[in-house]
Amino acid sequence: MYDIIAIGTSWGGLGAVSRLLEGLPDAVHQPIVVAQHRSVDSNAGMLEDLLQHHTRRVVRDPDDKTPLERDHVYIGPSDYHVLVENGHLALSTDAPVQFARPSIDVLFESIADSYGERAVGIVLTGANADGAAGLATIKARGGVAIVQEPSSSERRAMPDAALAATAADAVLPLGEIAAFLYGLCGELP
Amino acid sequence: MPARAGDPELERLEIELLLEGVYRRYGFDFRQYAQASLKRRLYRRLEEERLETLSQLQDRLLHEPSCMERLLLDLSINVTSMFRDPSFYVAFREHVAPVLHTYPFTRIWCAGCSTGEEVYSLAILLEEEGLYERARIYATDINENVLATAREGVFPLEKMQQYTQNYLRGGGKTDFSRYYLAAYDRARFSRSLTENVVFAQHNLATDGRFNEFNVILCRNVMIYFDKALQDRVHELFFESLDTFGILALGHKESINFSRFADAYEELHREERIYRKTA
Repeated sequence: MYDIIAIGTSWGGLGAVSRLLEGLPDAVHQPIVVAQHRSVDSNAGMLEDLLQHHTRRVVRDPDDKTPLERDHVYIGPSDYHVLVENGHLALSTDAPVQFARPSIDVLFESIADSYGERAVGIVLTGANADGAAGLATIKARGGVAIVQEPSSSERRAMPDAALAATAADAVLPLGEIAAFLYGLCGELP
Repeated sequence: MPARAGDPELERLEIELLLEGVYRRYGFDFRQYAQASLKRRLYRRLEEERLETLSQLQDRLLHEPSCMERLLLDLSINVTSMFRDPSFYVAFREHVAPVLHTYPFTRIWCAGCSTGEEVYSLAILLEEEGLYERARIYATDINENVLATAREGVFPLEKMQQYTQNYLRGGGKTDFSRYYLAAYDRARFSRSLTENVVFAQHNLATDGRFNEFNVILCRNVMIYFDKALQDRVHELFFESLDTFGILALGHKESINFSRFADAYEELHREERIYRKTA
């Protein structure tokens, strides 16, 4: 059984995350944590509002130590790394990793650490290689690695790098990822 | 980052032993630091030392005090900038400065000041609000070396463009370059800014209260602590604040997860500025 879903994407990934959440059946209850690259000045609250329009899940711009809850989506705040430990989120202001804060690798590695084979990592469209190493760690620890099919991605650098780093369990067009997640970790009524 | 130990149980054991060793040998207590970030920093040190395992790092730490100094730097440097989160400084000018004007004298504690960016930002703000003359800032950190850097007040010149922008957006009232002298690739901040600052070593994890304060600033420091240690520090702050004392946390730090939540009211919700009421 899987206990957490982590999504990584870069600037421009908002549309992809919205579509994924929109199509995701309610029977998928796992908490979802999103690390999306964006500018330091971007207002996390605004991203939260935008995404909230696309889902019935509760979308949150979390504080440090926010407990992870079912049916919630957490957006990593800009200018902080977002990590996961013992059922709650942890933030850090450590230096950017490969120019990114939040860094997808940092999120994915912490999830691989705390959840091992109960973790699901997803790399969506993006313009750099962040997330590749983290996804490989999730996979190495027994978790599931999903990558958006590069040719169907707005920017393919991030999915390409992820696929070069690890043997993904699924490589899918954006529109099919929600159904795959439902099959993987949807709860039966 | 080097490959993590394949066995999570073994890794946990190695980290526990290393932190216990550091505490018993040097007295620095990182046993209650938040695991995920701590682990990243330990692995970064491991990589820099060109070692293979955390047990090897423990060995070097126990036998070579210079290695401990390097680790202490890794664990105590808080990557920050002057006037980080400019909106916080705007809120401080608008909501905290008027309160301080009603006091004959103000004592402020910058807890976990690291290399001092926040201390200088605060000193500049107090100066511009006409409060610096009758204020004293106590700037503390666990690490003597970063305090030495803070005392120096020398920052990379290349940062000044960003700091100037932050300063202006934070409600700055003059020309930012008035506060420093540029020499080569460095900016040396005016000595007058530290005239009323006391830099001192203090460990939030193990040391107690040392004064009474009107304001405590502790921004993005406690995010590195686990919940139990956060509670300890909140207790320390609660005891160290005067009645109606003001506590300022980072943008993403909420007092609501602490057992002292009911002892404060929100002075500014967004900026996480609280006032002690109980």
